[in-house]
Amino acid sequence: MTIEELQDIGRIEKEKQEGFKHRIHVCVAAGCLSCQSGLVKEALEKEVGRRGLESWVLVKGVGCLGLCTAGPMVAVEPNKILYQGVAVSDASDIVEALGGPSVSRLDCSNQVPFFTRQQKIVLENCGLIDPESIEEYISETGYEALFNALRMMNPTGVIEQISKSGLRGRGGAGFPTGLKWTTVSKTKGNVKFVVCNADEGDPGAFMDRSVLESDPHRVLEGMAIAGYAVGAHYGFIYVRAEYPLAVKRIRTAIARAERLGLLGHNIFNTTFSFDVTVRLGAGAFVCGEETALIASIEGRRGSPRPRPPFPAELGLWGSPTLINNVETFANVPPIIRKGGAWFAGIGTEKSKGTKVFALAGQVNNTGLIEAPMGTTLREIVFDIGGGIKHGRKFKAIQTGGPSGGCIPEQFLDMSMDYESLAKVGSIMGSGGLIVMDETSCMVDVAKFFIEFCMSESCGKCVPCRVGTVQIYNVLRRITEGDGKPSDIALLEELCDLVKNTSLCGLGQTSPNPVLSTIHYFMDEYKAHIEDKVCPAGTCHINHTEKSQ
Amino acid sequence: MRYPAFLQRIADRADVQPARVLTFSINGQDVSAREDETILAVARENGIPIPTLCHLDGLSERGACRLCIVEIKGSPKLSPACVTLPRQDMEVITNSDRVLDYRRKILELLFTERNHVCSVCVSNGHCDLQALTIELGMTHVHYDYLHSQHTVDASHERFSVDHNRCVLCQRCVRVCDEIEGAHTWDVMGRGHLSKVITDLNQPWGESTTCTGCGKCVQVCPTGALSEKGKSVAEMTKKRQFLPYLKLMRGEEQK
Repeated sequence: MTIEELQDIGRIEKEKQEGFKHRIHVCVAAGCLSCQSGLVKEALEKEVGRRGLESWVLVKGVGCLGLCTAGPMVAVEPNKILYQGVAVSDASDIVEALGGPSVSRLDCSNQVPFFTRQQKIVLENCGLIDPESIEEYISETGYEALFNALRMMNPTGVIEQISKSGLRGRGGAGFPTGLKWTTVSKTKGNVKFVVCNADEGDPGAFMDRSVLESDPHRVLEGMAIAGYAVGAHYGFIYVRAEYPLAVKRIRTAIARAERLGLLGHNIFNTTFSFDVTVRLGAGAFVCGEETALIASIEGRRGSPRPRPPFPAELGLWGSPTLINNVETFANVPPIIRKGGAWFAGIGTEKSKGTKVFALAGQVNNTGLIEAPMGTTLREIVFDIGGGIKHGRKFKAIQTGGPSGGCIPEQFLDMSMDYESLAKVGSIMGSGGLIVMDETSCMVDVAKFFIEFCMSESCGKCVPCRVGTVQIYNVLRRITEGDGKPSDIALLEELCDLVKNTSLCGLGQTSPNPVLSTIHYFMDEYKAHIEDKVCPAGTCHINHTEKSQ
Repeated sequence: MRYPAFLQRIADRADVQPARVLTFSINGQDVSAREDETILAVARENGIPIPTLCHLDGLSERGACRLCIVEIKGSPKLSPACVTLPRQDMEVITNSDRVLDYRRKILELLFTERNHVCSVCVSNGHCDLQALTIELGMTHVHYDYLHSQHTVDASHERFSVDHNRCVLCQRCVRVCDEIEGAHTWDVMGRGHLSKVITDLNQPWGESTTCTGCGKCVQVCPTGALSEKGKSVAEMTKKRQFLPYLKLMRGEEQK
């Protein structure tokens, strides 16, 4: 394929879209689908058909529109009208209102901070294009970055742009992506692999899922560019089987891209070939750890191995392997298209670009957001998030899932970047944000996360396998009112042991929720242990024990 | 690294110098090592003790028991000696208070996990886990016992497995796969619920892949795998075969 042919596909698609006077976008990502946006889409199509408006009005499914709490979401273009909580019965009203004033009872303002405060790079196509149509992705300058990379740049040049952009791994640890790519490209090997880690397992996190469901081609393009840069011809997407829709869409995307020759042999008439295969995870959290992920792709039991050697040197089937997160790959096409310097202009000094967050918990606007690095927690919770539900008081925000910590109110004005979060005992993680209000008991929260780590531990190394059980047992007896004054010291000792001696990242970070809650919410622990009271009122304290 | 031409010709000769050698120090004692030797191997060569449990000479390394953790100067992380390769001028400390404390606590965790009561164990007096408590000076367990209950499988003609005594070191899994080549043993389940199984969790006696060689029993560090007919303290493990097998494998690789 030549660039002219590619642009033709995009242009024809664009003209086709613009030929419709009204375009109704129905969100068909997992969140809205679960509240029956599929039926809404059908109803709208039927309504348009009944009125004979097929050549004027286009009804199409699009990726995540962001405000998951208000689903099913429907957007009407080009008038930029947004509807929330649309039901099947609303279809006729929506079609009726086309061209005129919007249906006021369904109106959802897109001028509120939730939409205006966001800056979208990874999610730029989410809610705009049909995730199952490669033509629509191409019409939004899709695959142009791949063309630029293959035909106008050499691999070193591609890596240079990525390094210059300052992009860091979005899976959680924040390792500089350019450095990782350089390492893999420098490693000798006839066969190399590119692996996309889509084994998103943090409770309450759905960023990778939304990207794969809303804009799968962006990830494929990023992987192909990475393959060209490091000298790999095979790619694997390791996605969890609990994401059937994401799996279906990424498979469709691979098939469409192969048909157009954008994946496969001699892409854009170059000698570069790249094939992508989907591998399904079987629901193990630890398989998000790169060495466990490799073991799982190879068909072995998904348990991590000590590093070094790192996968960049000794990865899949012993070959050098580049492993990046979904969001990292999704950032690659815009960086190549617009240049590393453009990307480096966004964000903070050490954390560049934007970050996608899954906002969940006791916040008014739960959903998928993207904000520049360095946005403060207060802006995220109170501006974009719209504040705490039922006007309650903010207590803490949990970042980074089971590996992260709980950040209390005094750090609300802290900027969200890798370093600042590490300083207060948490991590960026993959981007899950769980907001907690005064009704959440922090001891119970710590117990929840350590229970998660305990049951997701692979059982290979002793500190993680047994240590997490010990920590859980202590927390359980505290929440049941049987805590002893010495328990806090015991918890700290166990956490220190697990943190410093575990084999992989899961074990090493699993005590973070416990340590951060002990650090910032000691009074709650004390209330449980000494006064046998749960200040938030969520723990079932065993009062009979107390009276004895 | 490229050397001057006359040196490079020698350096390229794999037959004379397959691996570079380097020097580093363990507890202040200068030692030399091939670059492919682990810190543990070098330490043992030099008579410096490092406790291990999942490691066994002749089997592949797992780095899982975490008892061989050592400190490396300049690194905040602790490294398992069995899988860490030395670097030139590295300063390794194997006996700092911090490391000794962690090792003891890890051992205590192992004792809380399952039922390790020496007085009624076939391996009493011949047990690696028991020997470790003496080596590490562990006199008490100050964590709560988990009191987990596990099954005993005595369906095999000559051997039995008592999961209550298993420390999940996977020596049996590795010896069966790597030395015997049968891969009868493997692990199922997660975390503290994981256990070693034969075939697809069939009773050992009904296993179709087990050759009955008994290597797994001999390498088991505790009384989890034992020969039938042995009473308390009667199960001694015979591991003399391993160095020969290791030597043979080494010969093969050259």
